[in-house]
Amino acid sequence: MMRYLMPLAIFMVLAVFLLIGLTLNPRQVPSPLIDKPAPKFQLNQLHEPDKIMSSEDNLGKVWMLNVWASWCVACRDEHPLLVQLANSGIIPIYGLNYKDERNTALQWLKRYGDPYAISIVDTDGKVGINYGVYGVPETYVIDKEGIIRHKQIGPVTVDSLEKTILPLIKELQNQA
Amino acid sequence: MKPRHKKLVMIASGVTALGVAAILVLNAFQSNLVFFFSPSQVIANEAPIGKSFRIGGLVAEGSVKRDDGSTTVHFAVTDTAETIPVVYTGILPDLFREGKGVVAQGKISDAGIFLADEVLAKHDENYMPPEAAEALERAAKAQRASLAQ
Amino acid sequence: MIPEIGNFSLILALLLATLQGTLPIIGAARGIPSWIALAKPVVQGQFVFVLIAFFCLAYSFISSDFSVLNVANNSNTELPFHFRLAATWGSHEGSLLLWVLMLASWSVAVSVFSKQLPDDVVARVIGVLGLVSIGFLVFMLFTSNPFDRLLPAAAEGSDLNPLLQDFGMVVHPPMLYMGYVGFSVAFAFAIAALLSGKLDATWARWSRPWTIIAWVFLTIGIMLGSWWAYYELGWGGWWFWDPVENASFLPWLVGTALVHSLAATEKRGSFKSWTVLLAISTFALSLLGTFLVRSGVLTSVHAFATDPARGVFILAFLVIVISCALLLFAWRAPKVGLGGKFDLLSRESMLLANNILLLVAAASVLLGTLYPLIIDALGLGKLSVGPPFFEAVFVPIMTPAIFLIGIGPISRWKQMSLPALAIRLRWAFGISVVSALITPFFMGEWKPMVSFGLLLAFWIIVCAFVNVKHRLNNSGEGNLLTKLSKQSRSYYGMHCAHIGVAIFIIGVTLVNSYETEKDVRMEIGSKVTVGGYVFQFNGTSDVVGPNYKAVRGEISVLKDDQFVRNLYPEKRTYNASGMAMTEAAIDTGFFRDLYVALGEPLSNGAWVVRAYHKPFVDWIWFGCILMAMGGITSITDRRYRLKIIKKESTAARVAEPEKQAEGTPAAVASATTKVELATETTKV
Repeated sequence: MMRYLMPLAIFMVLAVFLLIGLTLNPRQVPSPLIDKPAPKFQLNQLHEPDKIMSSEDNLGKVWMLNVWASWCVACRDEHPLLVQLANSGIIPIYGLNYKDERNTALQWLKRYGDPYAISIVDTDGKVGINYGVYGVPETYVIDKEGIIRHKQIGPVTVDSLEKTILPLIKELQNQA
Repeated sequence: MKPRHKKLVMIASGVTALGVAAILVLNAFQSNLVFFFSPSQVIANEAPIGKSFRIGGLVAEGSVKRDDGSTTVHFAVTDTAETIPVVYTGILPDLFREGKGVVAQGKISDAGIFLADEVLAKHDENYMPPEAAEALERAAKAQRASLAQ
Repeated sequence: MIPEIGNFSLILALLLATLQGTLPIIGAARGIPSWIALAKPVVQGQFVFVLIAFFCLAYSFISSDFSVLNVANNSNTELPFHFRLAATWGSHEGSLLLWVLMLASWSVAVSVFSKQLPDDVVARVIGVLGLVSIGFLVFMLFTSNPFDRLLPAAAEGSDLNPLLQDFGMVVHPPMLYMGYVGFSVAFAFAIAALLSGKLDATWARWSRPWTIIAWVFLTIGIMLGSWWAYYELGWGGWWFWDPVENASFLPWLVGTALVHSLAATEKRGSFKSWTVLLAISTFALSLLGTFLVRSGVLTSVHAFATDPARGVFILAFLVIVISCALLLFAWRAPKVGLGGKFDLLSRESMLLANNILLLVAAASVLLGTLYPLIIDALGLGKLSVGPPFFEAVFVPIMTPAIFLIGIGPISRWKQMSLPALAIRLRWAFGISVVSALITPFFMGEWKPMVSFGLLLAFWIIVCAFVNVKHRLNNSGEGNLLTKLSKQSRSYYGMHCAHIGVAIFIIGVTLVNSYETEKDVRMEIGSKVTVGGYVFQFNGTSDVVGPNYKAVRGEISVLKDDQFVRNLYPEKRTYNASGMAMTEAAIDTGFFRDLYVALGEPLSNGAWVVRAYHKPFVDWIWFGCILMAMGGITSITDRRYRLKIIKKESTAARVAEPEKQAEGTPAAVASATTKVELATETTKV
């Protein structure tokens, strides 16, 4: 009997490794920017192109930077969540409009709702590079001292919001 | 031959086969595992010298230069903290672009230049340049599935 | 409306699958004829509903209904009709639906072509298939519904991945899935046998044709995938040891072991529990492949959308199905008993050695594939295992197995004499060694590895001829033709498949040793010589395709100053996704391929051009086709056909299996001569 159980035992060991493997992301390269100061930028605003927004304007508050684009299908999926989050007033969300065209971007916001306190325009993607943007969407949580505390690769989900992002925001907001 | 001996011979040959296979595997592992390092790790001298490894990151904007009259390309790979210059001879993959994800395999030279013998453009759903919109759609689907729950 | 019908059909199919997975099995266990009788109508009903769902999805794609998320993500109005149809199974969701459709088709095929089997066996087999079907239907409905709506509807779809817009991609996945899914039939037969406790030669004979068909599909599927990678990826490689390729190769290796082990079980009643274990393992590896591809635990060029929820689901399914199967195995197998005894030198021992080698090879490929995952799971860093690892391990393990291909079919069941075998094969060995040593000179350069590879290939071929000759000598009176026609199809099938392996080895050996690859900068009018051919670059022109724009290069190929032909490689940019694609131009020949791909544009109309000369590369795929043809030939064997006809006339009667097995001299893939069989029976 024992030796007939061997295949099962081998299979179980394999299954355990697969399960652990499932919790890891083979592509995840730890972002070198976590716990480092957020790269500074000064960019034109989307709605009012003459105005400039600087990253330093946000010192003293916890804020979110969401990288989005109208060509990005996944952004459309996370968008309702962002609108909801913005409406709740928990945290101001700033949008980095990445490699996009102004008109289509504005139309897109009109259609799907605008959760952003301010949207800024990164047409050539240089600020995106500074932030290590691998793709769109990506979302950063930045604390009162301007330090990146979290980076969400890919769309924000209910799960990631409830389990990681919201608790983190609460903790950061409670810091002096 | 007695059945007991027969069984012994069979078990012995089975064990030998497995043993030989294990030696082959270990031997091959020793020389053929390719580790992955980020440019920051390379700068911090964590990467092996004289051994092949992979670096990954973004192709730095404006860094791609082709030699005239040859197929050698120079570019830089950055993880936004550090940047490593790379030299490669040959044809770059279709998805290779400035500002896009890339993985290169090769060795680091004494001068700190990465001599790549293989360049792979990253191509997965977390890597979503406008040019590869198809990748996003897949992430969108994944997202939708998790929302549905 | 149509997508809702599809969705509803899937739900009905799930309900029927639940019936199919429970009632017949319980009925067979308790002996309730009416529940047993339910199996066939229920499985046919399930098939009809899955088929309706599939047509609904296909219709949504063809009519470009972008209110369906799956269509919006994977199709486009500019996409030509045949690719819109193929896009039906181009995505994760669609390919799952195709998978379920195939599972239903196989189940229906079992219900239709198993009139000769006892009803309770059929009921159990269909029941097990129903359980598998439940798993996949639930997976599809809850995590990857192909009919999910996108509201508001998209104005335009975002196109099928350009890599998939190709004929190879239209046919490769269905073939591969037919193979994967087909092994679930072998699995179902094994489980049914364990459930009933009747694990004997009859069982082996019933499940054997199904296993071989599945193996044939898998062989063709892998071959098409390799061929597609060769001409579509623009690198000229035909196998990359990529995790997803390995995922399809693993069930193939173990499935090959299963096909051979079934032969021994059918003919001699040996290895019964081993064969069952192989059937379970093959199916487990098919499921593992699905898990690896769709959960995103490994990085691969092929990876589908990755979603942890999906990964968890498939892993849970895999664990439930396979642990139950292995528990059942541990419970029942000890009672199975051993089969016919055999000597250390016998065909059984050869088959056993072949099985072990195939399994060891599969285990090392599995280890190499999962090693990055294991290391990551243990927190030891991120790494990748490259092709050199697989080559360094796989080739030495397979070498003795390939050597056995020559000897196995010649050796006798139960017992054989080594000196007699040596005498019979000494000429074969001499001929293969000499020709393997000489042949490389004709290729221009002698290399030891080439001779070695060719030795293995020639050995298989010469041994096959020795075997056939010997067999004809023992086939009684008559001229050559009558003697040839006396042999069973399964006998020819076996040799056909084995010679396919030889052809495959020749292709691999020669292309690896003698191919020439050049990446060169070419200006208009400049020339480069590759493998004796002169490639002249005549410049590029712009062309417009149905859904892409392309730069098309013109390259004239000359040999000895004679014009051979023009090649037109393209660099395409697809409108919807903006993705760039290299479209290689290939001149296919019996002895060589000429392969040209455009790299990237340089100044003054010059391009980096990749020019390859690949001798004998097509033999690789031709070898695979021969293997598949061998499989098909052997299942058209008289014994299988006769049985179906006979059973249809006397459907109620259950044949006496053991007697029939002994009385069928023309064995399937592993045939012995009549004389040998006669001596064996007297010894028994």
